[in-house]
Amino acid sequence: MNLQDYTVSRSSRAAHIAAVLAALTLIVLVTAPWWAGRADMRLMGELFLYLSLATLWNLMAGYAGLVSVGQQAYVGFGGYMLFALTMFGGLHPLVAIVLAGVLGALISVPVAVLIFRLRGAYFAIGTWVIAEVFRLSFAQVSALGGGSGSSLPVAIVRSLASGRAMREALSYWLALGAAVLVVTAVYLFLRSRQGLALTAIRDNELAAGSLGIDIWRTKFIVYVVTSAFTAMIGALIFLQKLRISPDAAFSVNDWTAFVIFIVVIGGIGTIEGPIIGTLVFFALRETLADLGTTYLIVLGVVAIVVMLRAPKGIWGLIRSRYDLQLFPLGYRVQHRPHSKEP
Amino acid sequence: MDWVNAIVQGTLLGGLYALFAAGLSLIFGVMRLVNIAHGDLIVLAAYLGLTVTTATGMHPLAALMIVVPVMALIGYALQRGLLNQTLGDDILPPLLVTFGLSVILQNALLEVYTADPQKLDAGTLETAGVSFGGLTLGVLPLMTFAVAIAVIWGLQWTFYHTALGRAFRAVSDNQDIAQLMGLNRRHIFGLAMALALGVTAIAGILLGIRTSFDPSIGGGRLIFGFEAVIIGGLGNLWGTLAGGVILGIAQTVGAKIDPGWQLLAGHLAFLIILAIRPNGLFPRVSG
Amino acid sequence: MPDPILQTRGLDAHYGDFQALYGVDIEVGEGEVLAIIGANGAGKTTLMRSITGLLRNGPGQVAYHGQDISRLRADEVAARGLAMVPEGRQLFPSLSVRENLMIGAQVARSGPWDLAAVYKLFPILEERKDQASTSLSGGQQQMVAIGRALMANPDLILFDEISLGLAPIIIKDIYTALPGIIGEGMSAIIVEQDITKALSVSRRVYCLQEGRISLEGMSASVSREDISRAYFGIE
Repeated sequence: MNLQDYTVSRSSRAAHIAAVLAALTLIVLVTAPWWAGRADMRLMGELFLYLSLATLWNLMAGYAGLVSVGQQAYVGFGGYMLFALTMFGGLHPLVAIVLAGVLGALISVPVAVLIFRLRGAYFAIGTWVIAEVFRLSFAQVSALGGGSGSSLPVAIVRSLASGRAMREALSYWLALGAAVLVVTAVYLFLRSRQGLALTAIRDNELAAGSLGIDIWRTKFIVYVVTSAFTAMIGALIFLQKLRISPDAAFSVNDWTAFVIFIVVIGGIGTIEGPIIGTLVFFALRETLADLGTTYLIVLGVVAIVVMLRAPKGIWGLIRSRYDLQLFPLGYRVQHRPHSKEP
Repeated sequence: MDWVNAIVQGTLLGGLYALFAAGLSLIFGVMRLVNIAHGDLIVLAAYLGLTVTTATGMHPLAALMIVVPVMALIGYALQRGLLNQTLGDDILPPLLVTFGLSVILQNALLEVYTADPQKLDAGTLETAGVSFGGLTLGVLPLMTFAVAIAVIWGLQWTFYHTALGRAFRAVSDNQDIAQLMGLNRRHIFGLAMALALGVTAIAGILLGIRTSFDPSIGGGRLIFGFEAVIIGGLGNLWGTLAGGVILGIAQTVGAKIDPGWQLLAGHLAFLIILAIRPNGLFPRVSG
Repeated sequence: MPDPILQTRGLDAHYGDFQALYGVDIEVGEGEVLAIIGANGAGKTTLMRSITGLLRNGPGQVAYHGQDISRLRADEVAARGLAMVPEGRQLFPSLSVRENLMIGAQVARSGPWDLAAVYKLFPILEERKDQASTSLSGGQQQMVAIGRALMANPDLILFDEISLGLAPIIIKDIYTALPGIIGEGMSAIIVEQDITKALSVSRRVYCLQEGRISLEGMSASVSREDISRAYFGIE
């Protein structure tokens, strides 16, 4: 064995092919308003928003070890900010969406300071309490319709684009853009110094601490950034729905349970996992939705079985079989056969 | 007098919250498991009570004789069949599996019992009251509080004066060494979950007599129990009772100020205590 | 040599990808006191964990009273009369002295050892019976750990590094008391880094080196040179 027989690289042939395929797919998706029907576009828009939520939750739970069951707090907060800023602030919806993200980051700072005092599983329930506080607080605001909620005034909807087709296309592109932005941002973050620190913490908190990584600060940054993005996605979700109420905005089932199932089934702690999970989730939903509550029971059972039998999800199974990595994060050592040596 | 009344009612309500919390606290103490489905199991117990009372015409309190052992059996089976597989150093599996369980339970209850609110009919017990120094106290809240004290006393006694409690503490201290002493931790964990769900059964029946319930309310009950545990301090059952009482008072006093503020006031009290005393008011002294 | 009470055959042990034991064969005779010596990391504690069922073994690798126990859980092994005084004592901190001893009796085997017998052996423990086990001195904690193992009335008792972290005078006391503790009919394995102590109380000795048996012999007759070679692997 000779050390020179090995190369260390980050990219791989599969990753290059994946990048090319992703670019082609993206072009096809961008042109969807010209070839897809309205219902399909709505469905795809929703899919992109779920993909974004799942990617963000995965960053927290799968990489930073922050298991939240209260992300609906920021989805709802973002949605309500969209309504408040456009209705009372007179802002353009697009500006309001960005501002919702900024406000989401701001409010997440005191929240993080508080609930970071809770460890592990208790942190999870703490996030749920926060979501409940948000829900009950917004239900008290009568200007936003109190407990029964309100609809986005027609004038504001019109300000986005005058024609209905254009509005729907814009809404679709926003969702697609959000998904691309979130997945790219999380990928680049994980490749950065901070991201490597995060992986180190996940693998061994004690050792990472002794290496001088500020664990609290790293987790704090992840929490705040995730909250900001989640609030923006929330604003987009309710821009699509055009109607908001406390129960819909802060629904633990819609914005957390489904998201957790997506990530667990797809593969937690991988970038590819949420993408696969979202596709599987929507495929199941479109085929089993008629079953109603049974569908949710099936989803819960599948998630439990995956967690116990294949904790790295569908992507983990694929990767262990084919040694694939489409979003190369780690470096890999490859053996170069002697004959190819110059 | 209105304020005194709110505080007294809140104190009694705290007994119910302590019952929600006791099972949660017990299983965390023995196996460091936080069960997200705990609230849904409370609701399941209430529905089992409903089935038993409607099928047999029993009084809900008499139905405890059936519901408590049934829930204990479910607890043992659940622990040995499912939850034991999730235990280890990683917090993700227990959290996500109990979360999945919560969704399954909620929707299974919807399937069987529909979303219509239900209530357990306890006859005159629901309206009976006693006058006490100008206050009228409901017999049911008083009884709930007394039951909470009895249950916590009983758990405390089991923990510190029985072979089972000794085994709970030994397994909690060091699973490997406990195993070397002939204790099968899987069985001990099963027994702990059985005991916890036995207590949960009592909580569920009392909840069902007090208010109407539907399959969706489990999450809220989990949160109340959790808040009581954290306010009181981890690992301290009497502290949990105090935590429940503080939560109950915050809610009734909040409701007195504005009916819409009842739940919010409880959560805010929890967050304030988390801010100033992160280990709770009565953390267990180690050693 | 009498029939073995415990026998390992080609015992391997792994922690993940790391192999800690390679085909270890040992035997303990009925009523025999055996010493196992070896440097830090040689695999002594791993061997104890394999025998007691805390590690998963391959089938047929451990036999007790002639029966295969290699696939049993630790609590099932304990119930068959195999007790251990673990390294570092490992008392239960939330149990009192008396409760720690009572946990040892959990397997409910009959025999000479009960609370009264343990208190007779270590009178100080009766005085301290209601104290938290963590409030005792190191030597007293070791007494509790030994008493806890005896309460199971085992046929075979494993002592893992009982002198570790104790003052020399206390180690001397414990080793003086050991033959009386092990007593009639009971077999014992003494795992030690202190070679002299281990040899003084045992009939036979095995030395472990990097997960393999490097020496086997009668304690009274092995030479210092043999032990050095087996211990450090120096030729």
